[in-house]
Amino acid sequence: MLIDLFITFFMIGLVSFGGGYAMIPLIQEQVVNRHGWMEAQQFTDVIALTGMSPGPIATNIAIFIGYEQQGVLGAVIAMLGTILPSLLLILGVGMLFYKISEHPLVQSSFYGLRSVITGLIFYTAIMFAGNNGMFTPLSWYTWSQILIFAGSLIAFLVFRKHPVSVIVISGLVGIALYG
Amino acid sequence: MGIVRWKLMWQLFVTFLKIGPVTFGGGYAMIPVIEREVVEKRKWLQSEDVADIFAVSGSVPGAIAINSATFIGYRIGGVMGAVAATIGVLLPTFCIVLLLSLFFLEMKDHPKVAAAFVSIRATIVALIVYAAYKTWKTSAVDKTTIGMIAATVALLYFFNQYIHPVILIIGGALAGIAMIWLRKKLGFKTKLHKEEEVYDYMI
Repeated sequence: MLIDLFITFFMIGLVSFGGGYAMIPLIQEQVVNRHGWMEAQQFTDVIALTGMSPGPIATNIAIFIGYEQQGVLGAVIAMLGTILPSLLLILGVGMLFYKISEHPLVQSSFYGLRSVITGLIFYTAIMFAGNNGMFTPLSWYTWSQILIFAGSLIAFLVFRKHPVSVIVISGLVGIALYG
Repeated sequence: MGIVRWKLMWQLFVTFLKIGPVTFGGGYAMIPVIEREVVEKRKWLQSEDVADIFAVSGSVPGAIAINSATFIGYRIGGVMGAVAATIGVLLPTFCIVLLLSLFFLEMKDHPKVAAAFVSIRATIVALIVYAAYKTWKTSAVDKTTIGMIAATVALLYFFNQYIHPVILIIGGALAGIAMIWLRKKLGFKTKLHKEEEVYDYMI
């Protein structure tokens, strides 16, 4: 079990290019579909909670899932799994890795990699919207969800609010609307 | 290890423990603090080194905040230094996430908390759309990249059961090389531009 946690998050850490949000489909594939550690709905809550926490999202997800599965030791093991690939790369190749990354062939691969990363993040948004029932026939619930979504997006895009404050306000709206 | 070595490790750990909460505002928010703590106060590094370190940290997978701590620790104190700095920078985050997890797992069935999360889930979709928009701005540079982004979404949407995301990531790198080669053959110029600043809470 601890080994599974470690391997899962080591793999995620290894391919964690371009931001933790791109890693969500991969983490879901491993955590929900493959290992059955949690349901899709619960996984959405984990993303909410880790999005609210300070620090890099991939590490935060690892800490939460590790803790939920195997307590504090699980949290430590999962976190080590995510950071170990970068640590080993820096210690092993460091500057060399940077020089390689300037090579035209590597730059070309980043050209494709960045596109896939963007696609992965868009897909994650669609997947989560589906999980929340935002695509179901219009009802009071769907309308309220779409309004909260739009309001939050404006807060991020236009007012450049930090996720923590938006999530906290959204939680209060939730208590008022659905409580 | 001699007493002087241990003292250096301790100093590295404490310095990055103090820098840890600064990373809450994103990895690049660290730069001025590193300038102050590591360059001016401790005189461990020159100002020019800091730019190199952030360039390397951005090219290795993983979060810039953690990578740069690892790299600075390594430059100053070798492998042990890297470990001391990494643990230091991670410890505050680790404790906060652990406390939040504990609170959530205890409280998630409370009706008010459950109601709050119904709304928060919609906000998370917005947060992810925002993250997608930020990466779109650096990745969608021409029609080829827009095509590849659309293809990725379509493949994931229709063939989710059959395609592992890792395969897509590797495939994306290979497709990039193939597309650049093809564009060159067809006489298109391609702008292989550098990564733009990304907030670390998205990493």
